[in-house]
Parts: sequence; structure tokens; C-alpha cells
Amino acid sequence: MSNQTTQIENIDAMPKGVSLWDDAWIRLKKNKLAMVGLCFLIFMMIVCLMAPLLTPYGYEEQDLRLGASAPSVTHWLGTDTFGRDMLTRILYGGRVSLMVGFIATSVALLIGVTYGAIAGYAGGKVDALMMRLVDIIYALPFMIFIVLLMVVFGRNLLLLFLAIGAVEWLVMARIVRGQIQNLKQQEFVEAAISLGLSPGAIIRKHLIPNALGPIIVYTTLTIPNVMLLEAFLSFLGLGIQPPQSSWGLLISYGVESMEEYPWLLIFPGLALTLTLFALNFMGDGLRDALDPKASRD
Amino acid sequence: MKTTRRNCLIILFGLLLSACGGGSSLSRVDQGTIDGVLHFGNGTEPQTIDPHIATGVPEHHVITALFEGLATKNPYTLESEPGVAESWDISEDGKTYIFHIRPNARWSNGDAVTAEDFRWSWERILTPELASEYSYMLYPIANAENFNKGRIPDFNQVGVKVLDQLTLEVQLRAPTPYFLQLMDHYSTFPVHRATIEAFGSYTDQLSQWSREGNIVSNGPFQLAEWRINSHIRVEKSMSYWDTDSVKLNSIIFYPTDNLITEERMFRDGLIHRTEDVPLDKVPVYLEEDPDTIVIAPYLSSYYYMINTTKPPLDDLRVRRALSMSVDRDLLNETVLENIMVPAYFLTPPGTVGYEPPVTFAYDPEQARALLAEAGYPNGEGFPYFEILYNTQENHRRIAVAIQEMWRETLNIDVGIVNQEWQVYLESVGNINYDVARRGWVGDYVDPNTYLDMFITGGGNNNTGFSNARYDEIMLNEAPLKLNNEERFALYTEAETILMDNMPIIPIYIYQTKNLKNPDMKGAPSNIMDHYNWKYVYLESDQ
Amino acid sequence: MWRFIGFRTLQAIPVIFAVITITFFLVRAAPGGPFSSEKAVSEQVKAALEAQFQLDLPPHEQYLAYLTDLIKGDFGPSFNFPGRSVNELIFQGLPVTAELGFYALLIAVVVGTLSGVIASLKPNSLQDYIPMSFAMVGICMPSFLLGPTLVLVFSIWLGWLPVSGWGSIPGDKILPSITLGAMYAAYIARLSRAGMLEVLSQDYLRTARAKGLPEYKVIIKHALRGGLIPVVAFLGPAFAGLLSGSFVVETVFQVPGLGRFYIQAAFNRDYTMILGTTVFLATLIVLFNLLSDVLAAWLNPRLRYQFRK
Repeated sequence: MSNQTTQIENIDAMPKGVSLWDDAWIRLKKNKLAMVGLCFLIFMMIVCLMAPLLTPYGYEEQDLRLGASAPSVTHWLGTDTFGRDMLTRILYGGRVSLMVGFIATSVALLIGVTYGAIAGYAGGKVDALMMRLVDIIYALPFMIFIVLLMVVFGRNLLLLFLAIGAVEWLVMARIVRGQIQNLKQQEFVEAAISLGLSPGAIIRKHLIPNALGPIIVYTTLTIPNVMLLEAFLSFLGLGIQPPQSSWGLLISYGVESMEEYPWLLIFPGLALTLTLFALNFMGDGLRDALDPKASRD
Repeated sequence: MKTTRRNCLIILFGLLLSACGGGSSLSRVDQGTIDGVLHFGNGTEPQTIDPHIATGVPEHHVITALFEGLATKNPYTLESEPGVAESWDISEDGKTYIFHIRPNARWSNGDAVTAEDFRWSWERILTPELASEYSYMLYPIANAENFNKGRIPDFNQVGVKVLDQLTLEVQLRAPTPYFLQLMDHYSTFPVHRATIEAFGSYTDQLSQWSREGNIVSNGPFQLAEWRINSHIRVEKSMSYWDTDSVKLNSIIFYPTDNLITEERMFRDGLIHRTEDVPLDKVPVYLEEDPDTIVIAPYLSSYYYMINTTKPPLDDLRVRRALSMSVDRDLLNETVLENIMVPAYFLTPPGTVGYEPPVTFAYDPEQARALLAEAGYPNGEGFPYFEILYNTQENHRRIAVAIQEMWRETLNIDVGIVNQEWQVYLESVGNINYDVARRGWVGDYVDPNTYLDMFITGGGNNNTGFSNARYDEIMLNEAPLKLNNEERFALYTEAETILMDNMPIIPIYIYQTKNLKNPDMKGAPSNIMDHYNWKYVYLESDQ
Repeated sequence: MWRFIGFRTLQAIPVIFAVITITFFLVRAAPGGPFSSEKAVSEQVKAALEAQFQLDLPPHEQYLAYLTDLIKGDFGPSFNFPGRSVNELIFQGLPVTAELGFYALLIAVVVGTLSGVIASLKPNSLQDYIPMSFAMVGICMPSFLLGPTLVLVFSIWLGWLPVSGWGSIPGDKILPSITLGAMYAAYIARLSRAGMLEVLSQDYLRTARAKGLPEYKVIIKHALRGGLIPVVAFLGPAFAGLLSGSFVVETVFQVPGLGRFYIQAAFNRDYTMILGTTVFLATLIVLFNLLSDVLAAWLNPRLRYQFRK
């Protein structure tokens, strides 16, 4: 358990601008699991980026006669029904999934946290209005909305990120608002108000850092959601088009033949799961590191 | 402490499972075989069972159990057999049909089925306000089209006449060799006037008359229960004229729109028959359980349409190059698990004896030469275009393979776009695509159902193809020919014109693939995927 | 408190009205229509069809007519299933989905909070890692994957449970409920662990401990209240999402529920059915968000005070 003094020091340190992040980084480095997660993520990104150098096959190169073949010396992770090398496809698919995961989640995070924090802090009529707007958007038929977007703007990757971000921020906003509302009543906020800090500063420097725990956890929950949503949008025609692929798509194709060609499901599933585990460990570590109160070493 | 808790959990879970999983040892289909109850996987959920509003194959399976037309088909030979009509006479010129309705034909409420029932029913489907999508099936009847399009308001001018209570005379506008076949299509089925009128206007699609409890029908079965998205149950009708020949006591139709689930339902003994089989499962069944998988020719053609109005696809040489670089044999042997028939023509071969012409072959050399001739040697400078398909796993696989064939053979960059069904329909309808997939199921067994699509401005043409000679054959010359030999010679000419202009790239002729429990008998495969429920019975071999 | 509930209920009216209005025009703007089919239909048939379903009227008249019917409680006729009303279809699908959702949520809340709380009591130990790893797997397994996998194991390989159905074969409700509940259980586990960790270090718990309360009482009486706030905030949209998001599970297991109607309607452009289910969904969202806010207030004494003002 932490001792009282370090906590108070940390809270004091924040508004003065002594880097919270430097401090967090030092603490994060001490968390082995988080570092393992971070290293794995970096490894995954590098491997996906360098895919063309790592495999002798193209992601679109077919060998129809070969068809779906089990893992072998020539194809380490087997081939799909078109005889395409699965390892290559997973690496290329990882580019798309990681990009969608990070960018769309960032969009959701940015909108959701800002929106939720403002609503939660303002309270009263502003809060009611903002949260009812969230209710409205949440209730609209998402599929029709996407199809319409596609017709108006055509098919492009930017639209994909926006469409995913546009739905994913809603729950985030609700969670952040709940947290902020909760924290607002606490003594340290009242102290900050009496010190004459502006609402913006209070939100940024006191409320959001204190709500980081649930935010980080929800973010790590959002990323897999986003990656899988991309597969559904591809189903509607908005996502990635063949021969390109993504982990979400590879998994959804793999499900169709899980009994005949299990490697088509297991390997992309493993890639996704391991990445998310890594992300999760890192998220937990980050949460602990950033938490001004709970530095449990 | 910890282990005991875990043990408790395991025991609890076990109890839960045994409490729910226990029970009869017979599977649902085995019980069904004993009771004469057929469990039938029917694909998607039918929208309606009003024969004049329905469209689609799942609807067809249900409606043919509930209603019967003037003639039915023998499921083995597809020859017309007496239905409500016990016999018919056809005039020398092939334009007048006289149907003799059997005196013992009854509606499910006991009323007699009369010639007037048919006249009124056909008036109903042809009435423009009903907005029946299949009304065109009756267009071979004189003036039917004019009445349906509102050009003549008086139904008496249409070639349907009641001679007496049991005799119906039909005048055709031209001899139509496939006319009798249409008598077992649900659009020509009789409906019960008093019932329909009791539930409101006869042209109201929202009428409740066809709901369970309300519906009066004349077929071998009666509607017992319909829970949407769950099942439709029909039971043997005692008022049906040939009820002694009906062997099943009941048929339960299940919507099975999820292919994986459907196959597993079959394996788990929940259904006797599936509507489809996932492609990846085909080799498994062929290997391990060849008695249950049924692969049979089907009157249906799979092809890519080309937008002939858009450069560079407006260039015939480009279209031919594209078509000639599709290795259909390879596609069939690999992606399609060797169960389709590679096609170089539109019309399925052997359609009532018609053999379509073969005017080209897979020829990568010539394809490259044609592309070079069109100004794109080795694909250089060839504009990017896209293959459009509606979202579905098999369409995706074919598109992915063809995309790669074109890239490899012609060195051109082709994209793939999928659209959800409704968006796809709109894109294709507006000819807002480059290359789009399409499958066409014949309405009846005759080349006409394929070839009349491509007349200039035809509603299903969608390619911009237009050819004066083609139109002349299809609209004016072929309909007048009385014998099939002359007619087919004209169709051959038309199809040759079509393939020479290549507004479509034929890919394969479908075969249906179903899983069928060996207990289900009297249900042979035929190119219409047609069941005559009277013939179907359940019998265990053990 | 009651004033708060009353006030929020009043707010529901403009929310639902806005949802109706936007959806009404959104579906009509989307490409494709309820009557487009693969085989071309003639202009006459198209016009007659539109007349049958009153789509020939100008949009604002259609809108007013729809609102008038809606006030009377009539969602109109389904376009996809002629002869059936949207009311009828909703009332057919709702009990099924509600039952499925209830089981799923029960599983989710029980399994989720239990494992979350257990994990939070000894962070960074095996007691933490094991339930959390399961939770991660649950999150990575979308229901389109988890459903078929469970069926493969429990129905095909072990033969314990039926492949599909709802209420027709004994035991057929178990797998759909688990499949739908699993993902939410995983979410709740993660959120409750995080919430608990946040709370466990706070002053009032230290005060409670200092007062000499036994640890389990500290956790149950004090920590849970604060620690479950994020879970409660999540539950509102989750329950609404459970109902609309159950379509994958309902399709995989052939369950005749509302979720399947909702997605079928969207794919078939069944305008009235889309509107009907959406209005219904909007009501649920408002209701459950309200419920989760009330619950959050009850759990958090400081917020409760705010309502009294």
C-alpha cells in the first residue's frame, strides 16, 4: 500500500506542471507485465509494417490449385481457400486493424472524454441537453446511417474511422460523465475552485486525471470493439475491400470453415487476442502509473 | 476450501446440463419420420403466402403445399400432370386451351373449385391496383398485358372465359409452348373469392385473408401455424380431392438463413433437408456422407454484367479480353469445389432440348492480344475499374479469384466492391457500376426466360446492350414459331449475337446443393428445384 | 428524487420525437426501397405498390400520417410481411428477446461483478490474472465467433445441447443466453475491477476500516457502492444494446426475437418496421439510462444529495 506522503506530493506536483508523465513513465517501467505488453505491441507494429520484407509472398498472390492447406514449412501458418499465405495476410491485415483500432479509438476517446467531461462538470440543463443528444444518436438505426454515409461520401478509409468513432464515443461519454459527476463533489475539486482555477483547467488538471482509470479500461475495451466493427462495416461495403484484409475480416471468414480449416480462424484470432492482451496489460500498467492515489508497488 | 467451491460449480453446471439436455433419445427428424412430419429447412422466411403477392423460392415451397393450380408437374420428369383440371384440350394452332376441372376439387371449407374461381383469381392478379410483381407470368394470355397495364379496363376482353362451371377456356396471344408449365407457378393459382372479400378489398396487399385461421386454400395441405422467424406448420388437408395420395401428415418449414447453423441443424437431426450447403462443407460430405448430399443441375445462370456504356468497357475487344481471361474450369475445380458447370453461354444447356452455342473459349493469349489491339498492350494505361457484388460469401470468393485472374493474365488493376443487397439493386438498376455479378433463375423451363432479358431497354438488361436483330428475333420472330426446332434455331442466332457482343461474361451454370435425410423419399432433384408434395413421403430404411 | 425522475421522463418526449423524425427521413433517404427486387418490375406495378403503402404521398404528409397513427399507438403495417402490423411483430418478438436479454444480463452481472470484485481484492496476483484473462478472451470473442464455437463444442461434439431453437427443444435457451451474456460479463468484470480499485484506496474506506469493521463488511457495505458506479453507467446502454445487439445471437441460434426483426427490417428497408423497432429501442434507452442514473445516485451518497436540491 502507498503511504500518505507520496500521494500528497503528487497532487501538489500536478498543477505546477512538474511532469506527471515523466513520473508515470518511471513507474510504468517498474511494471514488468506492462513492459512486456508494450514490447509486444511495438514488435507487432514493426512486424506488420515490415511485412513485405518478412515474407516471400504477396498478400494477394493466389495458388488456387493449392487451396486451403494446413501449416507447413513453406507456409508457416497455412494458406486460405485461395492458396494465399496466411502469415502474409495476417501481417498485412494487422496494418489495417492496428490503424483502425488506434485512429478510430482516438477519435472516440477525444470526442467522448471531452463531451462527457463537459456534461458532467456543467451539470443541470447543459448536462441534460448533452446527454439526451447522446441518447438520440444511440437510438438511431446505425446500419441505415452507414449506408447513407457511404452513398453521400463514397467509400474511403477516413469515413470508416469517422463512422466507427461516431458510434464508439457515446458510451465513453456516459462513463466519463458519471465519473466526473462523482469526482466533482470531492474536496480537492472544491479546493481547486476556491483557488480560482478556471473550469477548463479544473477538468483537465484535476477531474480527467482522476477519472483516468475507467477511461483507460474502457479504451482497452473499445479497441477490440472497433476492430470487429470494421468487419461489420466491410460487410455493408464501407470497410476494406479484397484482396486487402484485416484481422476482423479474417476471423469472420475463418468462422465459416472453423471445422474444415481451423488454422484460418485460430491464427488471426491469436494475433488479435495477443495484441489485445498486450494492450490490456499496458493499459492497466498505465492506469496504475498515472493514478495519483494508488501507486501499489 | 477453494477446491470444494470449484467442485460445487462443476456439479451445479453438470446438473444444469443434464436437467436440460436429457429427455428423448430420438432426434427430431427420426421422430418426424415415424410420425410423418417433415422438417424442412426453407432458407429465408417467406414474406407472404398470398399466391398473387409472393415472390421467391421459399414462398414457392409453402404455397405449393397449400394451393394447387390447373396442372402440376411430375417431379421426376417435369412433365405436366393433371391438377385441379383433370384434362385439357389444346387447339391446332396452339392458341386455345380448354381446361376440364375435376368435379371433386374442393376448397378447404368444402366449397367446390370452379372455372369461375380461376377466372376471378386471374382477374385479381392482373388488376393493376394489386401491384403483383409476378403478374407478367400471365402475359401469354390474350390481352392480359393490356389489362394489367391499364390499357383496357374491361377484363371481359382478356382471353379467359368460363364455358360452364367446370370448363375454362383460355385464349393465348401467341402459341406458347411453355404455357402449361405456368399452371403450377403460384401466380396462376386460384384463390378463394368469398374469403378474400370477407377481409376487405381484393386488391389490398395488407389484407388479413391469408393469415392462419382465415385462409381458405385448395391444396394438399392446410396452414396450421405461422410464427414468423420460427416456423410454418402445414397439415394434411382432408378436403383435398386426392387426399389419399398425400402421404405426409404435416410439413414444418424452418427459416434457415444462417448457412452454418442450417448445416449444423441437419447434423444435429433437427431438419430433414437443407436449402443449401456451405461450400467448404461440400468436399467433406462428398467424402464422408455421400448419401446425404445432393448436387443437381439447376435452371440458373451466374454471370458478370458489363456496363457497355462506360469506357473502356464500351470497347468490344476489352469485354472479350476480360471474358477470355477467366479460367472457368480452374475456378470451378478450386473455388467452387467442382460442383458447378463452367459456362460460355447464358442459357443452361439442355433446357427442354435447347443447346446454347459456344462461341469462345478460355484463351489468355488471345485475350492479351485483344487488349493490346484496344490500345492497352500488357495492360498499360488501362483505367481502374471495379467488380460489384452483393455481400455474400460465395460471390466474394468468385470475385477475389477473377480479380486475380485479370491481374495475372491482363496485368490490369481491378477493384472489388461489395454492397448490401438493397444498395446493390439500386446500383445495378441505374447501371451505376463497371462490372457486376448477377444470378438468374429461370421462371419456367424455356430459353425464352433467359434471352428475353436482353431486349433493348429490357427491365433486367441493365448493361446498355442493344441490338436490332436481337430484338426482332425475340419480340417478333420466335414467338410465332410453332415448333421448337425452328424456335430454337432463332434462339441460337440470338444467343450468338449476345455472346459476340459480350455485354455479359458467363461464368457458370448453377447446381443446387442440398443435404437430404435418406428417410425423405419421393423428392427427386430436378432443374426447377421443385417439390410436388403429394409424392413426398418419409420412410426409414432400418 | 421523484422530481428528478419526473423531470427525466418529460425529457424523454423530445428525445423520442427527435429519434422518430430523424429516422423517418433517414430511411427514406437511404438507397434501395422496400419493394426493390432483383427482377425488374414495371412502372405501373411500382406505382401501384407505392399507392398500396401510401408512399405516393408527399413526404411531409406521410410523416404527419405516421405521427397521427403513432399517437394512437399504431406503428402501421409491415412492408416486408404484408398483412401483418408492426405492433404484432414487435409483440411477438419482444418477449423472446426480453427473456434472452434477461438471462444474458443475469449471467453478465453475476459472473462479471463477481470476478471483477474478486480480481480487485488482490490486484496483480493470480486471483487477479485468471478472471481477467477470461474476461479478455470474452471481449475478443465476438458473438458471431463465440456462438458457433459453443455450438460446435456443446452440441456437435458433446451432444449435450441443441444446435438452435428457442423453447422448442429442452435446453435450447442455454447457449444463446451464454453467448449473449459472455461479452457483457467480460466488460462488467473489467469495469468493476477498475471501479473497485479506484474506491478501495479512498479515505472513507480507510475510515471504515479504522472503525474496526471486518473487511468483508467494508467491501460489501462501502466499497461496492462506489466501485460499481462505472458498471452501472455502462448497464443502461448495455441493456438497450443487448436488445438491439442480440441479432447476431438470434441469427446464429434461429431465435425468433426482436433483434432479428430489427436487422431484417434494416436490410429489407421495411420502413415502418425500422421506425417501430427504433422508437421502441429509443424508449428502452431512455428508460434504462434513467434507471442507471437513479441507481448511480443511490450508490453514491454525494450525488443523492445533489438530487434533493
